[in-house]
Amino acid sequence: MPTPHISRRELLRGAALVPVAGALAACATPAAKPAASGSAAPVATSAANPFGVDGKKPLEVWIFDGGFGQDYAKNIHQPLFAAKYPEVAIKHNATKEITKVLQPRFAGGNPPEVIDNSGANAMDFGALAQDSQLQDLTPLLDAPSWDDPNVKVRDTIDQAVIDLGTYDGTFSVLGYVNYIFGIWYSQKAFRDNGWEPPKTWDEFLKLCETIKKSGKMAPFTYAGKFPQYLYEPLLTMAAKIGGNEVLVNIDNLEDGAWTSEAMKTSATAWAEIGAKYLLEGTPGLDHVQTQTAQNKYKVAMLPSGSWLENEQKTTTPADFEYGMFPIPDITGSDAMPYGTLHSQPSENFIVPSRSANPQGGMEYLRAMLSKKAAGDFSELVKTVSVVKGAGDGRQLSPGAASATKAFADAGQNVVYYRWQTWYAQLKDEAVAATGELMTGGLKPEAYLERLQKKADDIKKDSSVKKYKR
Amino acid sequence: MLFNRYRRGLFITSFLAAPVILYLVYVISPYAQAFYIAMTDWRGVTATPAFVGLDNFVRLFGDDIFWKAVTHNAALLVLLPLSTIVIALFFAFLLNVGGAQGVTGIRGSKFYRVVFFFPQVLAVAVVAVLFQQVFRPDGSGMLNGPLMALGIKPIGFLSDPDVAFWSVLGVMVWQAVGFYVVLFSAGLASIPRDMFEAAQIDGAGRLSLFFRITLPLLWDTLQVAWVYLGILALDVFAIVWVMTDQHGGPDWSTTVMAAEIYRNAFQYFRFGYASALGVMMFVFIVGFSVLSLRLSRRERIEY
Repeated sequence: MPTPHISRRELLRGAALVPVAGALAACATPAAKPAASGSAAPVATSAANPFGVDGKKPLEVWIFDGGFGQDYAKNIHQPLFAAKYPEVAIKHNATKEITKVLQPRFAGGNPPEVIDNSGANAMDFGALAQDSQLQDLTPLLDAPSWDDPNVKVRDTIDQAVIDLGTYDGTFSVLGYVNYIFGIWYSQKAFRDNGWEPPKTWDEFLKLCETIKKSGKMAPFTYAGKFPQYLYEPLLTMAAKIGGNEVLVNIDNLEDGAWTSEAMKTSATAWAEIGAKYLLEGTPGLDHVQTQTAQNKYKVAMLPSGSWLENEQKTTTPADFEYGMFPIPDITGSDAMPYGTLHSQPSENFIVPSRSANPQGGMEYLRAMLSKKAAGDFSELVKTVSVVKGAGDGRQLSPGAASATKAFADAGQNVVYYRWQTWYAQLKDEAVAATGELMTGGLKPEAYLERLQKKADDIKKDSSVKKYKR
Repeated sequence: MLFNRYRRGLFITSFLAAPVILYLVYVISPYAQAFYIAMTDWRGVTATPAFVGLDNFVRLFGDDIFWKAVTHNAALLVLLPLSTIVIALFFAFLLNVGGAQGVTGIRGSKFYRVVFFFPQVLAVAVVAVLFQQVFRPDGSGMLNGPLMALGIKPIGFLSDPDVAFWSVLGVMVWQAVGFYVVLFSAGLASIPRDMFEAAQIDGAGRLSLFFRITLPLLWDTLQVAWVYLGILALDVFAIVWVMTDQHGGPDWSTTVMAAEIYRNAFQYFRFGYASALGVMMFVFIVGFSVLSLRLSRRERIEY
């Protein structure tokens, strides 16, 4: 037959094989470690170049294009790095889908040098650490800082960054933004009405009463659809009453951690707010709706974090003047002083250990941690970085300035908790139960017993990996 | 001749092979794998999950949230078909034989027929987002706005755990009714008109027309509807996941089996356990199907 020499069967076979070949290629185990960059021709290290960066090797950076956008990397961090290493070709990338884009790169053995592993679709740090994909960043901590060769990087950043960035005993994740939690209000609204940020819980209740009676706005709200916004101040308050151990015990799934006296006092206090002072309809509103209500002066206060101002920038009136105050004194004999804050580093940067140029990656992080880079960043995205004093002398927006000041005032009295990322089931139960606590469906004791029961279940469940701090 | 026949068989087989292989690879084999995965501790990332026997099933029996989900599915299984069929039947009757003359629809029935079908055209996710706005708890809510204007306290359609389940049921009925109005209309159209006319001449009113003629002659269609709606009630997912607060909340008051499977697999990364839940759901659905087939067979003999 003079027809083209491809039979139906061959065509089918070919068609069947193509995806198989593709699949095989896709599941191929990670390629052998690429000839380690350092081994080829190690560049001498010096005080100015502590990691021995090869000035000619390219650097690939991936930024999570979320609430902070990607301009800070393009316009602040990369120019700073390029000024020192003009011959390094920096390849900037941004995505909202970190896992989808970069997981295959890890599997293929050629991950990029710097990743901002953030957002809802971030890669699991535990899994990456388990597979030793993360560069040990301890040398970064011990390296001289970008600004002052006599000061180590370790001393320029908050201790919480090091605590929370340590996986299986190795510091390998650098949180760059400092999320500072507190009660947020409009400084203008408070000034115009003669209201004062309260220092004690009694003052707080009185203020709520005053605002309620004034009829101008509701005293308090929170993102009712996401009650994790409310268990945040509840836990911070418990830590303030009973000390940091309250949260450490909860994180470590200790027996009776949830039902401690401090937790009882705190849960009771917040249940009272839920019963008396909430904006109408709060349980059915989400964070955007409640925050917008605040921007419209329909409600005075809400609990949130230092990302709030940037998140609300399109709906905030120009003279709104965000302000934040810490959890007030509750019992008069609280274990931690006034000003105690919950803060948690976030926007997590990693350097993949199997990238071609991890030295360059670490150097990029070192540049990010300079005062100039961190300060410019804070100004651009209206937030607080983990670099100490980076906001000094800057024109910070009112909210960022307020949060920065509160954080400076807190000093060592900073707390955090990790159970919600370690035990997702416990988080969902806490979310469900906190909503019930605030709407009166659960009494404080029943609320805490329910969470204690869930924590106990998780402790007993052999299929859940346990963590300790 | 024989060779030609062989060729022809081969030709047919080659055409049949593709769909069968696709079905085997993408439907049957994942089902089979799910049974195996249900007996492992797989967390979705490791290449070699460990075999744990029936651990996941033992754990499942102590999982309060899953059993809460099962009761919600069970409640839907009864309430969804019942309310949908009653409403759809009522509308179909009015549209087709409810008119003043008895064998025509009420005035404007052509218009209503289109309107009833609208919800069916919308994607479930769209419906879910739409109703989030309808149910908003403040003055901007389509239902609460008028209520608040009348001075009544707003109802937390989705935020009150005692009400949320009924909101979900309401939306599901709202979306399903249109299709069953059409189904029952087709059923009604196949009933000979002289039956209605004869009954009318004998003096039957609308009520007895409905109960003596329409209902018995539609019985087969009703059974089909019941099975479809039953399955819809058992595998409901998107409307709950998208519309309700905290994906099945508040306080687990609207969660369903499929939502718990999804939560365990893609939020807790417990693929093994989620597969065990999936196996349970499979058992429930197969059980329901067998039961309803049995029952309907008996009905048909009686009829």
